[in-house]
Amino acid sequence: MSVARLEDLPLVTGRGNFAGDVSFPHQLHMRVVRSPYAHGHLKVIDVAEARQLPGVIAVWTADDIADLSPIDFREGPNEKLAPFRQPVLAKDYVRYAGEPLAAVFATDPYVAEDAADLINIEVDELDAVTDAFAQPSEFEGALTTEPTICRQGYGDVALAFKDAAVIVELDLSVGRHSGVPLETRGAIGRYDAARDVLELHGAAKVPHKNRESLARMLGRSPAGIHLFEGHVGGGFGVRGEIYPEDIIVLVAALRLGRPVKWLEDRREHMMAANHSRQQRHRIRAAVDAKGCLLGIDDDFFHDQGAYIRTHGTRVADIACGILPGPYHVPNFRVSGHFRLTNKTPAATYRSPGRYETNFVREQLMDAIARKLGLSRIEVRRRNLIGPHEMPFERPLIALGDEVVLDSGDYEGLLDKALARCEWDKLESDVLRRRGAGEYVGLGLAMYVEKSGLGPTDGARINVHTNGDVEVITGGASVGQGFETVIAQVCAETLGVDYRRVRVVHGRTDRIEYGLGAHATRATVMTANAAAVAAVKVRTKAVHMAAQLLQQDPSSLTIADGNVVRTDGVGASISLGDVAHQLRPTSSTRGDRDPGLAAEGWFTTAHMTYPYGVQIAQINVDPGTGAVQVEKMLIAFDVGRAINPMLVRGQLVGGFVQGLGGALFEEFQYDDRGQPLSVTFADYLIPTASEVPEVDVLIAEDARSACNPLGIKGAGEGGVAAVGAVIASAVDDALGGKGLISRIPITPQVLKSIIDDLEVQGSRESVAADNGLPAGPD
Amino acid sequence: MKPASFKYYAPTSLDEAVALLAELGPQDGRILAGGQSLVPTMAFRMARPAHLIDINGIAELATVTVKDNVLAIGACVRHAAFEASTVPGVTGALLRKVVQNIAHYPIRTRGTFCGSVANADPASEWCCVMAALDGVVLARSQRGIRRIAAADFFQGVMATVLGEDELIVAAELPLLLEDTVTGFVEFSRRKGDFAIAMALVTYRLESGSIIEPRVAIGGAETHPRRLPEAEALLSGKMPEGGAFSAAAKTAALAIDPMEDINNTAGYRRKLVQTLLQRALETAA
Amino acid sequence: MNARREINLTINGTHYAVTVEARRTLVDVIRDDCGLTGTHIGCEHGVCGACTILLDGEPMRSCLMFAVQAHGRSLRTVEGLQRGERLHPMQEAFMRHHGLQCGFCTPGFLMLAVGVLEKRPDLTDEELIEILSSNLCRCTGYENIIKAVRAAAVNMKAPA
Repeated sequence: MSVARLEDLPLVTGRGNFAGDVSFPHQLHMRVVRSPYAHGHLKVIDVAEARQLPGVIAVWTADDIADLSPIDFREGPNEKLAPFRQPVLAKDYVRYAGEPLAAVFATDPYVAEDAADLINIEVDELDAVTDAFAQPSEFEGALTTEPTICRQGYGDVALAFKDAAVIVELDLSVGRHSGVPLETRGAIGRYDAARDVLELHGAAKVPHKNRESLARMLGRSPAGIHLFEGHVGGGFGVRGEIYPEDIIVLVAALRLGRPVKWLEDRREHMMAANHSRQQRHRIRAAVDAKGCLLGIDDDFFHDQGAYIRTHGTRVADIACGILPGPYHVPNFRVSGHFRLTNKTPAATYRSPGRYETNFVREQLMDAIARKLGLSRIEVRRRNLIGPHEMPFERPLIALGDEVVLDSGDYEGLLDKALARCEWDKLESDVLRRRGAGEYVGLGLAMYVEKSGLGPTDGARINVHTNGDVEVITGGASVGQGFETVIAQVCAETLGVDYRRVRVVHGRTDRIEYGLGAHATRATVMTANAAAVAAVKVRTKAVHMAAQLLQQDPSSLTIADGNVVRTDGVGASISLGDVAHQLRPTSSTRGDRDPGLAAEGWFTTAHMTYPYGVQIAQINVDPGTGAVQVEKMLIAFDVGRAINPMLVRGQLVGGFVQGLGGALFEEFQYDDRGQPLSVTFADYLIPTASEVPEVDVLIAEDARSACNPLGIKGAGEGGVAAVGAVIASAVDDALGGKGLISRIPITPQVLKSIIDDLEVQGSRESVAADNGLPAGPD
Repeated sequence: MKPASFKYYAPTSLDEAVALLAELGPQDGRILAGGQSLVPTMAFRMARPAHLIDINGIAELATVTVKDNVLAIGACVRHAAFEASTVPGVTGALLRKVVQNIAHYPIRTRGTFCGSVANADPASEWCCVMAALDGVVLARSQRGIRRIAAADFFQGVMATVLGEDELIVAAELPLLLEDTVTGFVEFSRRKGDFAIAMALVTYRLESGSIIEPRVAIGGAETHPRRLPEAEALLSGKMPEGGAFSAAAKTAALAIDPMEDINNTAGYRRKLVQTLLQRALETAA
Repeated sequence: MNARREINLTINGTHYAVTVEARRTLVDVIRDDCGLTGTHIGCEHGVCGACTILLDGEPMRSCLMFAVQAHGRSLRTVEGLQRGERLHPMQEAFMRHHGLQCGFCTPGFLMLAVGVLEKRPDLTDEELIEILSSNLCRCTGYENIIKAVRAAAVNMKAPA
């Protein structure tokens, strides 16, 4: 049901608690000093003058935190990749413009910035590596800028290509871009000496995992460090990993004996928070005469930036595992060259590894269609995995999980999408307009998403004596409506109004374990865990009430917070009163455990795989090259939609981010590795004027087989295929010749293509008029 | 991104402001009017004026007057003033058409026409208007008032002939005759972004032929200017097809476009051709 | 150089007397000196609009003004939209139409929309979208913000 959100009241009244809103008495303000150079030997950091500035309490460089190790990987130690971890503060080398070199602690953020200005830095500049495709060079000593190659595959690709009727080969690139939330990062470290607890406020996404890592890094007991998540202004995958700043504020809080507050500014964010997406794929497909895939062979080059951060090679691994999408690929080989460059380090951004590979794979399908003279729809039909083949095991690994497509009717959704947008009518309309000289086109993309990354989550539910329900989860909220969904699930099971359910999240001091919120797992994992706990609470309530009301438990149900007879007759008792009767000193409790409370755990063997179809109609202005999206359809199967309004919100929000990546957003660098997109005037996020009306078809045809609630999660379903579908539509507008090999697609590129096409076209018509060939082709 | 320190002055009269500027201008003193361009550069610490002279409190600078067919726009008149029917007639209609392209509404409630002219960003719409209409800048210092023609005022990117002790007190635009047709088109990546190129045209008709054409291109070169080469191809012609495309093609060739990582000179030329064509076609 | 000035600000009808350096931005003073943290900072260079407040009834970007410039002026922030426990129609509309997800851009959009609709209650749909393109949102894709503002525009015109 699309109920209104529980989260909204404080947010619309300006009473939120974002990191910037968190303040403690006597707090210091931290300002990070960052490398202005992309690559070089760090010779001198002279902080003497900065230290003298009134209001400055301390200035630290790498020497002041020499005992801290580089930042570890979230999944645990990895000997091979360890040398490429990021140090908390740079010591001998700087490897990207924006890399932290020093930290100023002052009584006022303005003063802290003044002090930062006084710090003198000398760097012997080295050549900057800005192209991940170039041959690897030296990282340090014998280590090169290709720490590893992510390889996956199965079958016999060489044979497949030998047998092929047709081979298609493409070279495709995705530009560097990322989540760029409206709220920049923030971290507040505070040491509660009275309880010997070190606190990190402003945490996000994975508080429990981070707490583990931080405890280890700082040599503290996990019981002596807690993370607190307040309101978070958008996550999108870039938040929540352990960044240098998080560690510094904690160490500083301990050593300086005062709370330390750090707020990132926008310019910093653009060069310090995780980048993403930049890959170049050289992909080949072998197909038979009917257009069926025999094999895919992909070499891609992943631009990781300067260091390997907490996610390790996750994004490249996912790309390897999910590239095949919804199609049969009998033989497969992928090599992901994981390359370091002198740019901001990269990691996950909403639909990581899929936004990129959806673009690549769907362009491949379009190319196959083109080569064989098939329609783009028909070539897909011939290759789709069928619903009767579910669960479909692919011998690939993504996110440490074997790829098992649990359920799905891909062709069914394709048909629904085509019918919904009236594809045939759109096509004839587009043909007519093209005939009149317009550059208008239709794009299509099919894709499989992943969600519900487990393996296990738990929740605790307690019913208070006034009937209010508290659900304590290890989840996290990044603005997606987590509290509301969990409350709805509990409310439905417990028989209460969802508005009486309080959901706790982002608090390591309230529950021991938690998965946080990433990989579109919150609804799948935490909601299912909450449901398990809720069933236990319901059972306990009904049995206790049965005793109190002298009824058979099977004749009772819960409605509106009261335990009643199913036939509506006779006495009832509120859940709050049941809870009261279960208090420790209650004489009626018997030998039941006190409290109307229970803990529930949910374990899943596999991720679940929602899937979608996106269709777009665009036009290109031949005078400027600008693209306008005229129509947009997102058809997405989520198994089961707990709150369709929230699902739609996720899909549309994701779509606009995807549109940014397709047409507007890019982190650009010059050849010295200087970042050129560090303001909102250079990095172009879509505004309301760039966004078309979006039609959303939420399907619930293929319930997940992986969890009792049947849900699959929609968080990444909107963004995932937008690069693919927009490229497909623009390609179509330009005559369907495969002229788009890179996203973002810029007006300048399109204007150039159109002008060339028009010259070619007039050459052809002049030649035709004269009975001559048009020229070399 | 907090600004560096500065001393702040809020004069209440023009004489006071001029005196302050005479003293402080040479010592890294700047005028603060709308602040919509200056404050961001201060936030980035790209600009670190030692002194800021806030002229927002000087009432006489906030007026728009028309006298002897000349529109005088005071230094503190906001962009938003031109969204309403502040200025009458054809000139007002042109300014209303142009102002919709300037940034976004909350910027327009603060930013000023004259501030934009003093800032001389190549992508400034008002600078293009000044060039197109042969506006005049009134610059005041303790040495007196200078009247500077638009064609002489802009020197390059963010560069003008304004002295460090001079402040713009008003910009003047000659009113267009009521039978003038005008057209303005610009291109940017998103609504409200800095224009990559813009074209402004005005002309009148006499016996069905174009007279007194004005063609100005902005955003494409280091500063906006009229293009006599394009104007020559419009004079005496019928306002349609052949003349329009000839003028547009010529304009594209006549300019010396800026280049940046996202926009080649060639692309800017193509844009200018498209935009001038469209400005001429939509002029009404 | 770091001389501080005493200034008076009236925010949501309440008078604040604060002493600030000239370089302190208005948004920093509203948040840190006056304790009203509902107005947010998204970019500090005047593009995102998260810091939008009403100055003498007009929407403006409080990161682009120094607090000293607002001395003696009347400001409205998101905290002043509700009347006691009664929410402003714009706030209600945002809640009803799911016009927010993370909520960070929300105060800026609320003040922008309220400020414009109070002065021009009969905005066309096209004008509305143009106005809303002033501010950035990264979560919602704008669809529900537009819906919410359209709905609120109707309610704001209805007799109280």
